Amino acid sequence: MTKYRISKTRFVDQTKTISFTFDGKTYHGFEGDTLASALLSNGIHLVGRSFKYHRPRGIISCGSEEPNAICQINDNTDLTEPNVRATEIELYDGLRASSQNCWPSLSFDIGGINNFISPFIPAGFYYKTFMWPKGFWKKIYEPLIRMSAGLGKSPTQPDPDIYDHKHEHCDVLVIGGGISGIISAKLAAKNNLKTILIEDKNILGGSTIYQNNKNFIIDNQKSNEWLINEISELEKLDNLTIKTRTSLAAFHGYNYLLAKENISDHLPLDKKRGIIRQRLWKIRADKVIVAAGAIERPLVFHNNDRPGIILANSVKKYLDFYGVSTGLNNIIFTNNDSAYETAVSLFEKGISVKIVDIRKKSSSSIVKNAQELGIDIYWHSTVVNTFGYKKIKSIEIMNLSEDGSNVTGNKNKIHCDCLAISGGWTPMVHMHTQSGGKLDFRDIDQVFVPSEKGENHINVGSCNGDFELEEIVKNTINKVKKFLNINEDGFDKISVLCSKELEKKNIWLLPNTIAEGKTKSFIDFQNDSTAKDIKLALREGFKSIEHVKRYTTTGMATDQGKLSNMHALGIIADTAGVKMGTLGTTTFRPPFTPLTFGSIVGRSVGKFFDVVRKTSIHEWHIQNNAKFENVGQWKRPWYYPINNENFHEAVQRESKAARDSAGILDASTLGKIDIQGSDASEFLNRVYTNAWSKLGIGKCRYGLMLNEDGMVYDDGVTTRLGENHYLMTTTTGGAANVLYKLEDYLQTEWPELDVYLTSVTDHYSTASICGPNSKKILKKLFPNKDFSDEAFPHMSYQDAIIDKIECRIMRISFTGELSYEINIESRYGKSLWESCIEAGEEYKITPYGTEAMHLLRAEKGFIIVGQDTDGTMTPIDLQMDWIVSKKKYDFIGKRSLYRSDTIREDRKQLVGLVTDNPNEILEEGAQIVSELDKKPVEMIGHVTSSYFSPNLNKSIALAVVKGGKKMKGQKLFVPMENKNINVTVSDFIFLDKENKRIHA
Amino acid sequence: MFVINCPYCGERDQSEFSCGGEAHIVRPKQPTELSDDEWAEYLFMRKNIKGVQFERWNHAHGCRKWFNMVRDTSNDKIHAVYKMGEKPPVL
Repeated sequence: MTKYRISKTRFVDQTKTISFTFDGKTYHGFEGDTLASALLSNGIHLVGRSFKYHRPRGIISCGSEEPNAICQINDNTDLTEPNVRATEIELYDGLRASSQNCWPSLSFDIGGINNFISPFIPAGFYYKTFMWPKGFWKKIYEPLIRMSAGLGKSPTQPDPDIYDHKHEHCDVLVIGGGISGIISAKLAAKNNLKTILIEDKNILGGSTIYQNNKNFIIDNQKSNEWLINEISELEKLDNLTIKTRTSLAAFHGYNYLLAKENISDHLPLDKKRGIIRQRLWKIRADKVIVAAGAIERPLVFHNNDRPGIILANSVKKYLDFYGVSTGLNNIIFTNNDSAYETAVSLFEKGISVKIVDIRKKSSSSIVKNAQELGIDIYWHSTVVNTFGYKKIKSIEIMNLSEDGSNVTGNKNKIHCDCLAISGGWTPMVHMHTQSGGKLDFRDIDQVFVPSEKGENHINVGSCNGDFELEEIVKNTINKVKKFLNINEDGFDKISVLCSKELEKKNIWLLPNTIAEGKTKSFIDFQNDSTAKDIKLALREGFKSIEHVKRYTTTGMATDQGKLSNMHALGIIADTAGVKMGTLGTTTFRPPFTPLTFGSIVGRSVGKFFDVVRKTSIHEWHIQNNAKFENVGQWKRPWYYPINNENFHEAVQRESKAARDSAGILDASTLGKIDIQGSDASEFLNRVYTNAWSKLGIGKCRYGLMLNEDGMVYDDGVTTRLGENHYLMTTTTGGAANVLYKLEDYLQTEWPELDVYLTSVTDHYSTASICGPNSKKILKKLFPNKDFSDEAFPHMSYQDAIIDKIECRIMRISFTGELSYEINIESRYGKSLWESCIEAGEEYKITPYGTEAMHLLRAEKGFIIVGQDTDGTMTPIDLQMDWIVSKKKYDFIGKRSLYRSDTIREDRKQLVGLVTDNPNEILEEGAQIVSELDKKPVEMIGHVTSSYFSPNLNKSIALAVVKGGKKMKGQKLFVPMENKNINVTVSDFIFLDKENKRIHA
Repeated sequence: MFVINCPYCGERDQSEFSCGGEAHIVRPKQPTELSDDEWAEYLFMRKNIKGVQFERWNHAHGCRKWFNMVRDTSNDKIHAVYKMGEKPPVL
């Protein structure tokens, strides 16, 4: 055993030695240790440097509130993790930890110079300092700030660990496995309620489990012994699930809670791999009992941040739980009774201890106990300074003046190697406020306590402001019984004896003889905010706690102010002369402790990040070297390069082939909605801009759909399959939204219509064959069918059979070429496609991707909704007046087409653009101007689609330009970074305006 | 995240639903006879109350049915859920 491991405890197995490294040096601890307790057992207090002044810092607490002992663990590039609290990480074989924010080493840190120039860098100095000279910002200040920003190092490789999400439902969720949580869980589970108890440590028991003191007795046993029995009782309850190593992250409305379970973080490195690291539980609880406990407060005095200054109850936990003494010559500095338990524990183990108390006296039994043991107590005194650079060596104390506002008498220097401090307790009200609960301020001991107003949760134990053992036990029992409607409890005759604190005193900022401007009384240890910074902020006019917080960065470090928020509030209240309760608190936002990104995303990484939709022909595309484009969730072939062709070359070849002979496109991704019902025609009349009543069975029609505001929403071809049966197609990306919108109108505005909608997008695969030879290919595929214009005209459909499989052939065209689309049940999609390729071989049928499709339709001036439109284009703006029915009384968006805004003549309107240099291709999104010299330059439109047309052998573009309809022939400019491109407004139909090709 | 009692399916998680904004705004039967101002009133103007609000909801990842819901937007308390076409409850 090391010098500081002074006793054996039931919680640390001293037969199991674990080796680990800290800053490259190997140390030993035992199973059950945390990294912090193991370091302390080796006499190591100095574990890091503070963020701003790089002051040496030591372990100050034993839990999630720790601001100082934050380490980088595991130096592999993929597994490394910064800002891990040494007080929370369980020791395992092979753990490699290192200190952060110091260079070249923890012991000698160049950044420590900040400590000596600290008078020049008070709170907010960067807002004032880096203002001038202006030119310095980009080249000097910003790089410097970036270099010193941040604490640890992020991993540079993807996280190899597995994370998981799981949903859970229960009657009662108990948060916190301390004494009040254990009592609550027992009451709930024994009364047939499905109960979950979560606890962030690896064992239950909270701080009572190491409360081994004769002043705290439950049912004639010491409180820790009583609790150990209760825990073993709990484990027998069938209704109860206990989840240790599980911390609550967030408490949302309707009792929806997130909790993170550490599954393998505590295992040796070689046993971690391959199993889940952390699991995020998504819990919906009928009732929630919060038993989150309280956090001990530090005291704020000059140089209160040296290594070796530790919270008093943490000193007790290291001693009685881990068997580690944080010092051999201890002084306790307190304003309350709880620290006396630490003193008694130290004394009973033969370790030197003295007490400094700011109160004049205390008459409780635990204080009497300490006095009887002969422990020196300096009443009505305060620490005014501490000494020792990398570890505390001594302190100076002085007497307090009568009212406590000043110090009097002589300085008394006392040597020590550990200063245990206690400024009272802060209830953990985070959960309560996250769920929407409010707080009340309790003056007597200066705490915020939950104000409960009939929510579906209660707070019990010290998080409810009950600090004395008897209060905790009895109030918890009574409150839980009432909350859960329980009569029988098994705790009827419980008796609790405990020390009771009668004298209370709190001073947020302890007085000193040194001028305030020269003191360093730390409030936020990690961000180096001092009492003086808070006062500076107030002098500079900040009043709101939220503003002071941000200006001084108090409470903004990784610990989120668990130790500092109350002191900041207290000092603001004292300085401003207002009541603390009126200030309110800063907002407690989830998560309570930092979550890993892994636990947030769970399994949704890599190929599970988003749904990928593939057509039934996808495999063929891969085999034929397709490059894919994401369209919504679909993977669509973008182009099919042959022999090292680049993107441009492939698209040009595909586009030319489709017009010269034959091309084939996988159009399966287009949205398809099956519409049936006796009012189907009337329904289409109402949702499309054009008329549908007279569309014959077997005919197809292009339709444009608007929003109620008159803007183009979607488009597509709809086919009348029967008297009361239509098949609507939508854009690939718009399918789900169109169905949603149509259902909305059907269910809410027109419930009288007899219409039924079914999404059939996935049901059918579509091969679209176009080009002058397409008819010949279709004839080969369907030898018995008459494809003459008379028998099978443009914009019509026919049922057909291929290889004994039924299919539908639509003669429709998005390219302007003679074109047929064959729809077949999805499972036959690939075989249909292969048949088409085989039949088309003699005509050199060319598969083309979405890019060539876009190019071909742009040659014809067909719009793409979402590319040439952006939610601000009416059909009139698009020069599509022909599709807007004048006769129909109403359709969605009709009234909006003649609002004063939509009839403006200077709206952006669709035009064609041709570049003066036919080889110059415009950039999509480029701005268009009419006058280059005008300042500021006025943007009158932008390019929406732009291609080099292989069929016209020149560059073509579609654009929207203000008042564009009347600008045909006008010269405009597209200013680019290095040049201005001259363009001329043209017709937006570039090819075959007479529509001859579709009848080729 | 709240729990919504879908009138067709029962209690389900909020993530299954989507909100369609204020309820009981009836699409005018004869839009062409409205002035620009009257049409704009229907098209754009919404109350967006802090407090009890009547809303349209859709069980988008469930039965796809639309229904109405009365919710207090300040604390997400749901006061009532009722089918389309049913009279709103008096609160």
